[in-house]
Amino acid sequence: MQKIYPSAESALDGLLFDGMTIAAGGFGLCGIPERLIDALVASGIKDLTVASNNAGIDNEGLGKLLRTRQIKKMISSYVGENKEFERQFLAGEIEIEFNPQGTLAERMRAGGAGIPGFYTKTGVGTQVAEGKEHKEFDGETYILERGIRADVSIIKGWKADETGNLMFRKTTRNFNLPAATCGKVCIAEVEEIVAAGSLDPDCVHLPSIFVNRLIDGSPYDKRIEFRTVREREAA
Amino acid sequence: MATTVETKGWTRNDMAARAAKELRDGYYVNLGIGIPTLVANNIPPGLTVTLQSENGMLGIGPFPYDDEVDPDLINAGKQTVSQLPQTSYFDSATSFGMIRGGHIDLAVLGGMEVSEDGDLANWMVPGKMIKGMGGAMDLVAGVKKIIVVMEHVSKNGAAKFIPECTLPLTGKNVVDMIITDLAVFQRPDHDSPFKLIELASGVTKEEVREKTTANYVD
Repeated sequence: MQKIYPSAESALDGLLFDGMTIAAGGFGLCGIPERLIDALVASGIKDLTVASNNAGIDNEGLGKLLRTRQIKKMISSYVGENKEFERQFLAGEIEIEFNPQGTLAERMRAGGAGIPGFYTKTGVGTQVAEGKEHKEFDGETYILERGIRADVSIIKGWKADETGNLMFRKTTRNFNLPAATCGKVCIAEVEEIVAAGSLDPDCVHLPSIFVNRLIDGSPYDKRIEFRTVREREAA
Repeated sequence: MATTVETKGWTRNDMAARAAKELRDGYYVNLGIGIPTLVANNIPPGLTVTLQSENGMLGIGPFPYDDEVDPDLINAGKQTVSQLPQTSYFDSATSFGMIRGGHIDLAVLGGMEVSEDGDLANWMVPGKMIKGMGGAMDLVAGVKKIIVVMEHVSKNGAAKFIPECTLPLTGKNVVDMIITDLAVFQRPDHDSPFKLIELASGVTKEEVREKTTANYVD
Protein backbone atom coordinates (compact mmCIF):
# COMPACT_ATOMS: atom_id res chain seq x y z
CA MET A 1 0.00 0.00 0.00
CA GLN A 2 1.73 3.10 -1.24
CA LYS A 3 0.52 6.26 0.52
CA ILE A 4 3.13 8.65 -0.78
CA TYR A 5 2.15 10.76 -3.78
CA PRO A 6 4.52 12.88 -5.85
CA SER A 7 2.44 16.07 -5.69
CA ALA A 8 -0.63 17.66 -4.12
CA GLU A 9 -2.38 17.46 -7.47
CA SER A 10 -1.80 13.71 -7.76
CA ALA A 11 -2.85 13.16 -4.13
CA LEU A 12 -6.25 14.71 -4.89
CA ASP A 13 -6.75 12.63 -8.03
CA GLY A 14 -10.08 10.80 -8.17
CA LEU A 15 -11.40 12.35 -4.97
CA LEU A 16 -12.85 15.64 -6.13
CA PHE A 17 -16.39 16.50 -7.16
CA ASP A 18 -18.40 19.74 -7.23
CA GLY A 19 -20.44 20.32 -4.06
CA MET A 20 -18.23 18.15 -1.86
CA THR A 21 -17.42 18.79 1.80
CA ILE A 22 -13.82 19.34 2.85
CA ALA A 23 -12.47 19.51 6.40
CA ALA A 24 -9.29 21.57 6.64
CA GLY A 25 -6.78 21.88 9.47
CA GLY A 26 -5.02 25.02 10.67
CA PHE A 27 -5.62 27.96 12.97
CA GLY A 28 -5.30 31.28 11.22
CA LEU A 29 -2.37 30.68 8.88
CA CYS A 30 -0.63 28.40 11.41
CA GLY A 31 -0.43 24.82 10.22
CA ILE A 32 -2.55 25.22 7.09
CA PRO A 33 -2.27 22.72 4.21
CA GLU A 34 -0.82 25.24 1.74
CA ARG A 35 0.02 22.84 -1.08
CA LEU A 36 -3.34 21.09 -1.03
CA ILE A 37 -5.21 24.41 -1.02
CA ASP A 38 -3.19 25.52 -4.06
CA ALA A 39 -4.03 22.23 -5.77
CA LEU A 40 -7.74 22.68 -5.01
CA VAL A 41 -7.59 26.14 -6.58
CA ALA A 42 -5.89 24.69 -9.67
CA SER A 43 -8.43 21.85 -9.91
CA GLY A 44 -11.26 24.32 -10.54
CA ILE A 45 -13.64 22.33 -8.33
CA LYS A 46 -16.74 24.35 -7.33
CA ASP A 47 -19.45 24.77 -4.68
CA LEU A 48 -17.31 23.51 -1.84
CA THR A 49 -18.49 23.34 1.75
CA VAL A 50 -15.39 23.82 3.87
CA ALA A 51 -15.24 23.08 7.60
CA SER A 52 -12.27 25.03 8.90
CA ASN A 53 -11.79 27.16 12.00
CA ASN A 54 -10.90 30.19 9.88
CA ALA A 55 -11.23 31.18 6.24
CA GLY A 56 -7.66 32.33 5.67
CA ILE A 57 -6.83 35.96 5.00
CA ASP A 58 -6.85 37.80 1.69
CA ASN A 59 -4.92 35.72 -0.85
CA GLU A 60 -3.51 33.38 1.80
CA GLY A 61 -4.73 29.97 2.88
CA LEU A 62 -8.42 29.40 2.15
CA GLY A 63 -8.53 33.05 1.06
CA LYS A 64 -7.20 31.75 -2.27
CA LEU A 65 -10.26 29.52 -2.71
CA LEU A 66 -12.51 32.42 -1.73
CA ARG A 67 -10.95 34.70 -4.31
CA THR A 68 -11.72 32.19 -7.04
CA ARG A 69 -15.31 31.77 -5.70
CA GLN A 70 -14.92 28.01 -5.31
CA ILE A 71 -16.43 27.96 -1.82
CA LYS A 72 -20.20 27.94 -1.40
CA LYS A 73 -20.30 27.58 2.36
CA MET A 74 -17.91 27.89 5.30
CA ILE A 75 -18.36 26.17 8.67
CA SER A 76 -16.08 28.23 10.91
CA SER A 77 -15.75 29.90 14.29
CA TYR A 78 -13.97 33.07 13.20
CA VAL A 79 -13.54 34.71 9.80
CA GLY A 80 -12.03 38.12 10.64
CA GLU A 81 -9.04 39.66 8.86
CA ASN A 82 -10.49 38.74 5.46
CA LYS A 83 -11.80 41.50 3.18
CA GLU A 84 -12.78 39.19 0.33
CA PHE A 85 -14.81 37.01 2.68
CA GLU A 86 -16.50 40.12 4.04
CA ARG A 87 -17.33 41.34 0.54
CA GLN A 88 -18.82 38.00 -0.54
CA PHE A 89 -20.72 37.66 2.72
CA LEU A 90 -22.26 41.14 2.53
CA ALA A 91 -23.16 40.53 -1.14
CA GLY A 92 -24.88 37.27 -0.18
CA GLU A 93 -22.50 35.25 -2.37
CA ILE A 94 -21.28 32.93 0.37
CA GLU A 95 -22.97 31.12 3.19
CA ILE A 96 -21.47 30.89 6.65
CA GLU A 97 -22.39 28.60 9.51
CA PHE A 98 -20.76 29.93 12.66
CA ASN A 99 -19.85 27.26 15.17
CA PRO A 100 -18.32 27.91 18.57
CA GLN A 101 -14.69 26.88 18.22
CA GLY A 102 -14.91 24.03 20.70
CA THR A 103 -18.12 22.81 19.12
CA LEU A 104 -16.43 22.76 15.70
CA ALA A 105 -13.43 20.83 17.03
CA GLU A 106 -15.68 18.37 18.83
CA ARG A 107 -17.91 17.98 15.77
CA MET A 108 -14.86 16.88 13.80
CA ARG A 109 -13.58 14.64 16.60
CA ALA A 110 -17.02 13.07 17.01
CA GLY A 111 -17.50 12.59 13.27
CA GLY A 112 -14.16 10.83 13.10
CA ALA A 113 -14.99 8.63 16.07
CA GLY A 114 -18.33 7.42 14.72
CA ILE A 115 -20.34 9.62 17.06
CA PRO A 116 -23.22 11.20 15.10
CA GLY A 117 -24.12 13.75 17.78
CA PHE A 118 -23.22 14.94 21.26
CA TYR A 119 -24.64 17.27 23.89
CA THR A 120 -22.86 20.42 25.03
CA LYS A 121 -23.59 23.42 27.24
CA THR A 122 -21.80 25.71 24.79
CA GLY A 123 -24.26 28.02 23.06
CA VAL A 124 -27.27 27.34 25.28
CA GLY A 125 -29.43 30.48 25.39
CA THR A 126 -27.78 31.95 22.27
CA GLN A 127 -28.48 32.03 18.53
CA VAL A 128 -26.37 28.88 18.21
CA ALA A 129 -29.01 26.89 20.09
CA GLU A 130 -31.90 27.90 17.85
CA GLY A 131 -33.58 24.91 16.26
CA LYS A 132 -31.45 22.39 18.14
CA GLU A 133 -32.65 19.71 20.53
CA HIS A 134 -32.33 20.73 24.19
CA LYS A 135 -31.92 18.15 26.91
CA GLU A 136 -31.41 18.28 30.66
CA PHE A 137 -28.71 16.28 32.40
CA ASP A 138 -28.32 16.58 36.17
CA GLY A 139 -30.30 19.83 36.24
CA GLU A 140 -28.32 21.57 33.48
CA THR A 141 -29.46 22.26 29.93
CA TYR A 142 -27.45 21.04 26.94
CA ILE A 143 -27.93 21.21 23.17
CA LEU A 144 -27.41 18.51 20.58
CA GLU A 145 -24.63 19.11 18.06
CA ARG A 146 -23.88 16.85 15.10
CA GLY A 147 -20.62 15.16 14.24
CA ILE A 148 -19.08 16.20 10.91
CA ARG A 149 -18.11 13.69 8.24
CA ALA A 150 -16.21 15.24 5.35
CA ASP A 151 -15.62 13.73 1.92
CA VAL A 152 -11.96 14.66 2.16
CA SER A 153 -9.76 16.06 4.93
CA ILE A 154 -6.71 18.14 4.11
CA ILE A 155 -4.12 18.61 6.83
CA LYS A 156 -0.58 19.83 7.40
CA GLY A 157 1.88 17.90 9.55
CA TRP A 158 5.55 18.28 10.41
CA LYS A 159 7.05 14.82 9.91
CA ALA A 160 5.48 11.58 8.81
CA ASP A 161 6.95 8.18 8.25
CA GLU A 162 6.28 6.43 4.96
CA THR A 163 3.34 4.53 6.50
CA GLY A 164 1.59 7.76 7.52
CA ASN A 165 2.40 7.94 11.24
CA LEU A 166 2.56 11.67 11.76
CA MET A 167 3.84 14.31 14.16
CA PHE A 168 2.91 17.96 14.39
CA ARG A 169 5.10 20.81 15.55
CA LYS A 170 4.13 23.25 18.35
CA THR A 171 0.77 24.99 17.84
CA THR A 172 0.24 23.61 14.34
CA ARG A 173 -1.55 20.55 15.73
CA ASN A 174 -4.72 22.63 16.34
CA PHE A 175 -7.55 21.53 14.01
CA ASN A 176 -5.29 19.31 11.93
CA LEU A 177 -5.75 16.34 14.22
CA PRO A 178 -9.56 16.36 14.56
CA ALA A 179 -9.94 17.30 10.87
CA ALA A 180 -7.76 14.35 9.85
CA THR A 181 -10.03 11.88 11.60
CA CYS A 182 -13.35 13.11 10.17
CA GLY A 183 -12.61 12.73 6.46
CA LYS A 184 -13.59 9.65 4.48
CA VAL A 185 -10.16 10.17 2.92
CA CYS A 186 -7.45 12.17 4.65
CA ILE A 187 -4.60 13.72 2.70
CA ALA A 188 -1.66 14.95 4.74
CA GLU A 189 1.11 17.22 3.54
CA VAL A 190 4.25 17.31 5.64
CA GLU A 191 7.65 18.97 5.72
CA GLU A 192 9.55 15.70 5.71
CA ILE A 193 8.79 12.03 5.05
CA VAL A 194 11.06 9.63 6.92
CA ALA A 195 11.55 5.86 6.91
CA ALA A 196 9.30 3.67 9.06
CA GLY A 197 10.99 3.24 12.42
CA SER A 198 12.45 6.75 12.42
CA LEU A 199 9.69 8.21 14.61
CA ASP A 200 9.41 7.17 18.23
CA PRO A 201 6.08 5.27 18.36
CA ASP A 202 5.41 6.89 21.75
CA CYS A 203 5.57 10.32 20.10
CA VAL A 204 3.25 9.79 17.14
CA HIS A 205 0.40 12.32 17.33
CA LEU A 206 -1.70 10.96 14.46
CA PRO A 207 -1.48 7.19 13.86
CA SER A 208 -1.13 6.07 10.25
CA ILE A 209 -4.66 4.64 10.07
CA PHE A 210 -5.96 8.21 9.76
CA VAL A 211 -3.63 9.16 6.89
CA ASN A 212 -4.62 7.78 3.49
CA ARG A 213 -2.43 9.86 1.21
CA LEU A 214 0.77 11.69 1.95
CA ILE A 215 2.92 14.27 0.21
CA ASP A 216 6.15 16.05 1.02
CA GLY A 217 5.15 19.68 0.53
CA SER A 218 8.48 21.25 1.37
CA PRO A 219 9.88 23.85 1.15
CA TYR A 220 7.31 25.81 3.16
CA ASP A 221 6.83 29.52 3.09
CA LYS A 222 5.06 29.87 6.44
CA ARG A 223 3.23 33.15 6.77
CA ILE A 224 2.75 34.97 10.06
CA GLU A 225 -0.42 36.97 10.67
CA PHE A 226 0.81 39.10 13.57
CA ARG A 227 4.53 39.17 14.15
CA THR A 228 4.95 40.26 17.77
CA VAL A 229 8.39 40.44 19.40
CA ARG A 230 10.10 41.75 22.52
CA GLU A 231 13.35 43.65 22.83
CA ARG A 232 16.42 41.93 24.18
CA GLU A 233 17.37 43.27 27.61
CA ALA A 234 20.55 45.35 27.47
CA ALA A 235 23.57 43.24 28.48
CA MET B 1 -4.65 50.25 42.93
CA ALA B 2 -1.66 51.98 44.42
CA THR B 3 -1.20 54.70 41.88
CA THR B 4 -0.02 58.27 42.13
CA VAL B 5 -1.48 59.33 38.82
CA GLU B 6 -4.28 61.77 39.55
CA THR B 7 -6.67 60.73 36.84
CA LYS B 8 -10.14 59.53 37.57
CA GLY B 9 -10.91 55.90 36.94
CA TRP B 10 -8.66 53.07 35.82
CA THR B 11 -6.54 52.78 32.68
CA ARG B 12 -6.63 49.63 30.57
CA ASN B 13 -3.59 48.34 32.41
CA ASP B 14 -5.11 49.19 35.81
CA MET B 15 -8.16 47.13 34.86
CA ALA B 16 -5.93 44.23 33.86
CA ALA B 17 -3.98 44.55 37.12
CA ARG B 18 -7.25 44.46 39.05
CA ALA B 19 -8.26 41.29 37.23
CA ALA B 20 -4.83 39.82 38.03
CA LYS B 21 -5.63 40.15 41.75
CA GLU B 22 -8.17 37.34 41.23
CA LEU B 23 -5.41 34.90 40.26
CA ARG B 24 -4.51 32.18 42.74
CA ASP B 25 -1.46 29.96 42.97
CA GLY B 26 -1.75 27.00 40.61
CA TYR B 27 -4.48 28.48 38.45
CA TYR B 28 -4.86 27.55 34.78
CA VAL B 29 -6.16 30.66 33.03
CA ASN B 30 -7.42 31.67 29.60
CA LEU B 31 -7.11 35.32 28.62
CA GLY B 32 -9.16 36.90 25.85
CA ILE B 33 -7.91 39.38 23.28
CA GLY B 34 -7.50 43.09 24.16
CA ILE B 35 -7.39 44.28 27.78
CA PRO B 36 -7.50 40.68 29.11
CA THR B 37 -4.17 39.95 27.39
CA LEU B 38 -2.59 42.63 29.62
CA VAL B 39 -3.38 40.47 32.68
CA ALA B 40 -0.34 38.37 31.71
CA ASN B 41 1.95 41.34 32.51
CA ASN B 42 0.41 41.76 35.94
CA ILE B 43 0.67 38.29 37.50
CA PRO B 44 1.56 38.82 41.18
CA PRO B 45 5.09 37.63 42.01
CA GLY B 46 5.31 34.26 43.73
CA LEU B 47 2.20 32.84 42.06
CA THR B 48 2.45 30.00 39.58
CA VAL B 49 -0.16 30.71 36.92
CA THR B 50 -0.32 28.73 33.68
CA LEU B 51 -1.87 30.47 30.69
CA GLN B 52 -3.87 28.42 28.21
CA SER B 53 -4.19 29.35 24.57
CA GLU B 54 -7.22 27.70 22.99
CA ASN B 55 -5.39 26.99 19.74
CA GLY B 56 -3.54 24.27 21.64
CA MET B 57 -0.96 25.39 24.19
CA LEU B 58 -0.56 25.38 27.96
CA GLY B 59 2.18 27.61 29.34
CA ILE B 60 2.31 30.63 27.03
CA GLY B 61 5.66 32.42 27.15
CA PRO B 62 6.37 36.08 26.32
CA PHE B 63 6.64 37.45 22.78
CA PRO B 64 9.79 35.98 21.19
CA TYR B 65 13.00 37.84 20.45
CA ASP B 66 13.16 38.95 16.85
CA ASP B 67 15.53 36.13 15.83
CA GLU B 68 13.44 33.47 17.61
CA VAL B 69 10.11 34.13 15.92
CA ASP B 70 8.53 30.81 14.89
CA PRO B 71 5.51 30.76 12.53
CA ASP B 72 4.50 27.42 14.10
CA LEU B 73 4.12 29.01 17.53
CA ILE B 74 1.27 31.48 17.95
CA ASN B 75 -1.38 32.35 20.53
CA ALA B 76 -5.14 32.46 19.96
CA GLY B 77 -4.81 36.06 18.79
CA LYS B 78 -2.48 34.73 16.04
CA GLN B 79 0.45 36.62 17.54
CA THR B 80 3.86 34.97 17.70
CA VAL B 81 4.75 33.81 21.23
CA SER B 82 7.43 31.68 22.90
CA GLN B 83 7.39 28.48 24.93
CA LEU B 84 8.35 27.88 28.57
CA PRO B 85 9.93 24.87 30.31
CA GLN B 86 6.44 23.73 31.42
CA THR B 87 4.77 24.22 28.03
CA SER B 88 2.70 21.51 26.36
CA TYR B 89 0.98 21.42 22.98
CA PHE B 90 -2.22 19.65 21.96
CA ASP B 91 -4.99 19.68 19.36
CA SER B 92 -8.12 21.87 19.35
CA ALA B 93 -10.50 19.11 20.50
CA THR B 94 -8.29 18.41 23.54
CA SER B 95 -7.93 22.13 24.14
CA PHE B 96 -11.68 22.63 24.25
CA GLY B 97 -12.00 19.48 26.34
CA MET B 98 -10.02 21.42 28.95
CA ILE B 99 -12.29 24.43 28.55
CA ARG B 100 -15.67 22.70 28.25
CA GLY B 101 -14.75 20.04 30.79
CA GLY B 102 -14.35 22.61 33.57
CA HIS B 103 -10.59 22.19 33.94
CA ILE B 104 -9.73 25.88 33.44
CA ASP B 105 -10.00 27.90 36.66
CA LEU B 106 -10.50 31.38 35.27
CA ALA B 107 -11.16 33.19 32.02
CA VAL B 108 -10.87 36.94 31.56
CA LEU B 109 -12.82 38.22 28.56
CA GLY B 110 -13.81 41.49 26.96
CA GLY B 111 -17.47 42.50 26.75
CA MET B 112 -19.84 44.70 24.81
CA GLU B 113 -22.74 44.27 27.27
CA VAL B 114 -23.34 42.42 30.54
CA SER B 115 -26.85 42.08 31.95
CA GLU B 116 -27.79 42.20 35.62
CA ASP B 117 -28.42 38.44 35.43
CA GLY B 118 -24.89 37.80 34.20
CA ASP B 119 -25.64 37.35 30.50
CA LEU B 120 -22.71 38.32 28.27
CA ALA B 121 -22.79 39.75 24.75
CA ASN B 122 -19.39 40.14 23.13
CA TRP B 123 -19.42 38.56 19.68
CA MET B 124 -21.66 40.33 17.21
CA VAL B 125 -23.44 43.56 16.39
CA PRO B 126 -26.41 43.07 14.03
CA GLY B 127 -25.95 44.92 10.77
CA LYS B 128 -22.17 44.87 11.04
CA MET B 129 -19.83 42.29 9.54
CA ILE B 130 -19.87 39.28 11.85
CA LYS B 131 -16.44 37.82 12.44
CA GLY B 132 -17.59 34.91 14.58
CA MET B 133 -17.58 33.90 18.22
CA GLY B 134 -14.29 31.99 18.16
CA GLY B 135 -13.92 30.23 21.50
CA ALA B 136 -15.90 32.74 23.59
CA MET B 137 -19.09 30.67 23.89
CA ASP B 138 -17.09 27.60 24.95
CA LEU B 139 -15.16 29.59 27.54
CA VAL B 140 -18.23 31.10 29.21
CA ALA B 141 -20.00 27.73 29.21
CA GLY B 142 -17.13 25.72 30.66
CA VAL B 143 -14.65 27.76 32.68
CA LYS B 144 -15.14 27.82 36.46
CA LYS B 145 -14.98 31.61 36.89
CA ILE B 146 -15.65 34.29 34.28
CA ILE B 147 -14.40 37.85 34.65
CA VAL B 148 -15.48 40.44 32.09
CA VAL B 149 -13.24 43.47 31.69
CA MET B 150 -14.77 46.36 29.75
CA GLU B 151 -15.16 50.14 29.64
CA HIS B 152 -18.04 51.18 31.88
CA VAL B 153 -19.86 53.00 29.08
CA SER B 154 -19.74 52.77 25.30
CA LYS B 155 -18.06 55.34 23.07
CA ASN B 156 -21.31 57.29 22.86
CA GLY B 157 -21.79 57.18 26.62
CA ALA B 158 -24.39 54.40 26.85
CA ALA B 159 -24.32 52.05 29.85
CA LYS B 160 -22.86 48.58 29.16
CA PHE B 161 -23.90 46.96 32.46
CA ILE B 162 -27.62 46.93 31.77
CA PRO B 163 -30.89 45.19 32.79
CA GLU B 164 -30.99 43.00 29.69
CA CYS B 165 -28.55 42.62 26.79
CA THR B 166 -29.69 44.15 23.51
CA LEU B 167 -27.00 42.36 21.45
CA PRO B 168 -26.98 38.63 20.63
CA LEU B 169 -25.71 36.64 23.61
CA THR B 170 -22.43 34.81 24.01
CA GLY B 171 -23.75 33.06 27.10
CA LYS B 172 -26.67 33.23 29.50
CA ASN B 173 -26.08 33.72 33.23
CA VAL B 174 -22.33 33.12 32.96
CA VAL B 175 -20.50 36.19 34.35
CA ASP B 176 -19.08 36.13 37.89
CA MET B 177 -17.26 39.47 38.02
CA ILE B 178 -17.22 42.71 36.02
CA ILE B 179 -14.24 45.04 36.08
CA THR B 180 -14.68 48.42 34.38
CA ASP B 181 -12.63 51.59 34.34
CA LEU B 182 -14.86 52.83 37.17
CA ALA B 183 -15.72 49.91 39.42
CA VAL B 184 -15.77 46.20 40.24
CA PHE B 185 -18.98 44.17 40.57
CA GLN B 186 -19.08 40.61 41.84
CA ARG B 187 -21.59 37.95 42.74
CA PRO B 188 -20.99 34.83 44.85
CA ASP B 189 -23.08 32.52 42.65
CA HIS B 190 -25.28 32.60 39.57
CA ASP B 191 -28.52 33.07 41.56
CA SER B 192 -27.38 36.22 43.37
CA PRO B 193 -27.36 39.83 42.18
CA PHE B 194 -24.11 41.64 41.45
CA LYS B 195 -22.68 43.75 44.24
CA LEU B 196 -20.51 46.83 43.82
CA ILE B 197 -17.37 45.82 45.72
CA GLU B 198 -14.78 48.37 44.68
CA LEU B 199 -14.46 51.84 43.15
CA ALA B 200 -11.63 53.00 40.92
CA SER B 201 -9.56 55.93 42.19
CA GLY B 202 -11.53 59.17 42.31
CA VAL B 203 -14.82 57.52 41.37
CA THR B 204 -17.92 57.82 43.55
CA LYS B 205 -20.79 55.39 44.12
CA GLU B 206 -23.12 58.04 42.74
CA GLU B 207 -21.20 58.29 39.48
CA VAL B 208 -21.28 54.50 39.06
CA ARG B 209 -25.01 54.48 39.77
CA GLU B 210 -25.55 57.23 37.22
CA LYS B 211 -23.67 55.36 34.48
CA THR B 212 -25.23 51.95 35.14
CA THR B 213 -28.74 50.89 34.23
CA ALA B 214 -28.46 47.34 35.65
CA ASN B 215 -29.80 46.65 39.11
CA TYR B 216 -27.05 45.84 41.59
CA VAL B 217 -26.41 45.98 45.31
CA ASP B 218 -24.04 48.59 46.75
